[in-house]
Amino acid sequence: MKRKLEVSELIFKIISYTLLTAFALACLYPFVYAVSAAISGRAPVEHNEIVLFPMEIQFSAFAEMFNDNMFWNAYSNTLFITLYGTLWAMFTAILGGYALSKKRLLFRKAFNFFLVFTMWFSAGIVPQYLNYIATRDIMEGIGITDNKWLVVIAMGMAAMNIILLRNAFEGVPSEVEEAAIVDGASELQVMTKVHIPMSQSTIATVALFFAISRWNGYFWARQMISNTNEQPLQVFIRLKLEQFTDTEQIAGWNKPYATDSAIYALIVCSIVPILVIYPFIQKYFAKGTNVGGVKE
Amino acid sequence: MKVRATDFLEFDKSAGVYRVSPEQAVRDDVEKHYWKHVGLTILKDWRLYLMLVPMLFVFICWRYLPMYELLSCFKVQDDVIPVAQQNFAGFSYFKRLLVGGDSLSTDFWRALRNTFILSFYGLCFGFPIPIILALFFNEIRSNAARSVFQVLTYLPKFMSTVVMTSLVTMLVKQGSSISGMGIINQALVGLGLITQETGNAGLLNNPAFFRAIYQISGIWETAGYDSIVFFAAIIAISPTSYEAAQIDGADKWAQMRYVVLPSILSTIVIMLINRIGSLLNIGYEKVLLLYKTETYVTADVVSTFAYRNQSAAGIGLASASEMMNNVIGMILVIGANTIARKATNTSLY
Repeated sequence: MKRKLEVSELIFKIISYTLLTAFALACLYPFVYAVSAAISGRAPVEHNEIVLFPMEIQFSAFAEMFNDNMFWNAYSNTLFITLYGTLWAMFTAILGGYALSKKRLLFRKAFNFFLVFTMWFSAGIVPQYLNYIATRDIMEGIGITDNKWLVVIAMGMAAMNIILLRNAFEGVPSEVEEAAIVDGASELQVMTKVHIPMSQSTIATVALFFAISRWNGYFWARQMISNTNEQPLQVFIRLKLEQFTDTEQIAGWNKPYATDSAIYALIVCSIVPILVIYPFIQKYFAKGTNVGGVKE
Repeated sequence: MKVRATDFLEFDKSAGVYRVSPEQAVRDDVEKHYWKHVGLTILKDWRLYLMLVPMLFVFICWRYLPMYELLSCFKVQDDVIPVAQQNFAGFSYFKRLLVGGDSLSTDFWRALRNTFILSFYGLCFGFPIPIILALFFNEIRSNAARSVFQVLTYLPKFMSTVVMTSLVTMLVKQGSSISGMGIINQALVGLGLITQETGNAGLLNNPAFFRAIYQISGIWETAGYDSIVFFAAIIAISPTSYEAAQIDGADKWAQMRYVVLPSILSTIVIMLINRIGSLLNIGYEKVLLLYKTETYVTADVVSTFAYRNQSAAGIGLASASEMMNNVIGMILVIGANTIARKATNTSLY
């Protein structure tokens, strides 16, 4: 009996290690390839000689990109949208989540349903598009011509994140809250001095979710922002990809690097900042997925 | 519950008649002045209700107003008149899409079929793989080694859809006069799985490969990250459960079947409902970034169909197609939730 047990466990262990190694390498390989292709010379890239390591190393693809003002402009637009978008979303979500966490709130069930319903049913691309167009007209009517503010204010709200905050605020012991009220704390003070400090890790997680969705936002930014100076990084990358894969536009290419290297350099540059902050945000990222229910 | 007369009536001995009891009088009063009571409560607690205002504003303006716009699928289309004043068109747009008999109708059916196929494949392949990965992670006893594996498999999750699709586009691109085909094409040609011509034409230009590219890139992107929640459920299992099973003579497969699976079942159910909830809401962004005119046959989904046809076919038809998609999606999520609650006592909503 003992013997058979060991055999089945050993087999499973071998399978696990083999497949995990294969999958991990498959996850890593495209990145390594992208870096290698970005810094390889023109001939090896165009003749498909790069497999893993770079050949005829050059850095002019990166240098040229760093000298491109539009690239930095797109980066700063993305930072703008990420920063203000996250702040606005957190402001809305913390206040809303706090109010929803209170049992004494009238029509609490109705408000919760109001939120959860948006997770079941969304209007879809076309009505949403018309709605954003109308919002843009209104905003331009009152003098806000920078369409980045439309992206900041109108997009990226997620009911799930408010529910995560609500659940965290509900977990704050009522005794602590009562003690604060006895000490004369107002509603706003209860929230800022008791609930927010006691739910710090959930707040960090939710802020991270908002920030990532803002950083990654592409489709609506491309639809709504017409001025090229206001476009975020994701739109910039996509436009470059469309430009560089269009054979007509690259017909007279005479740079010392291949067109592919230019795209790979751009891809690498957009991933690197996230990889740099990744070790710091990893624990919040992992925490956020362990959600329970959305009940009530 | 049985209602008795004495619940709300009281016998008045002096007059010899039944009168409304004092408790019921209070209740009647509250009911009569219900909205006044609500108003006073809100006024007294106005700070709390003021906190809801930004959230309600955002959701009404940019979530519920579009739903109202969606009602134009029932209205006679006229851009000049707002939705509310348009004439009722009944189900004519739906009829046109479902049994129109023209190319628009065939395209709609194709989009609906593609939506189902893409999400169904995603469910079949994308859902079990994170669970299997989590089981594999559990086999690695060394924490350091496991962290390395985990970090590597989470990596693709940190790319945006645009960067991910750009990378995919580059890896499977077509060969041209000045540059060769993508590295994946080369590998497939080298393995003899596709011909040189197919590889040179680019896999994204070939409808036969779209679904595979969509699913494999999806798994590559999210499997590692999605395994976190299952792994958390697996390491929460007490080691004594395994020991007890081993003493009873369970081999590895029996332990999986009788120890691990029951322990993580509720997590699986929750994640499955979540998944079904977004089944028809498949990432139109990713499809829009990957598809081309050549691959509409397998790649066009309802959202992209509506998006492409909104100016040519009109907003009414586009809205009608999205309405159908969304209603089916909502029925699926509520259905999955109800079944899960009945069958396993676990539910998301």
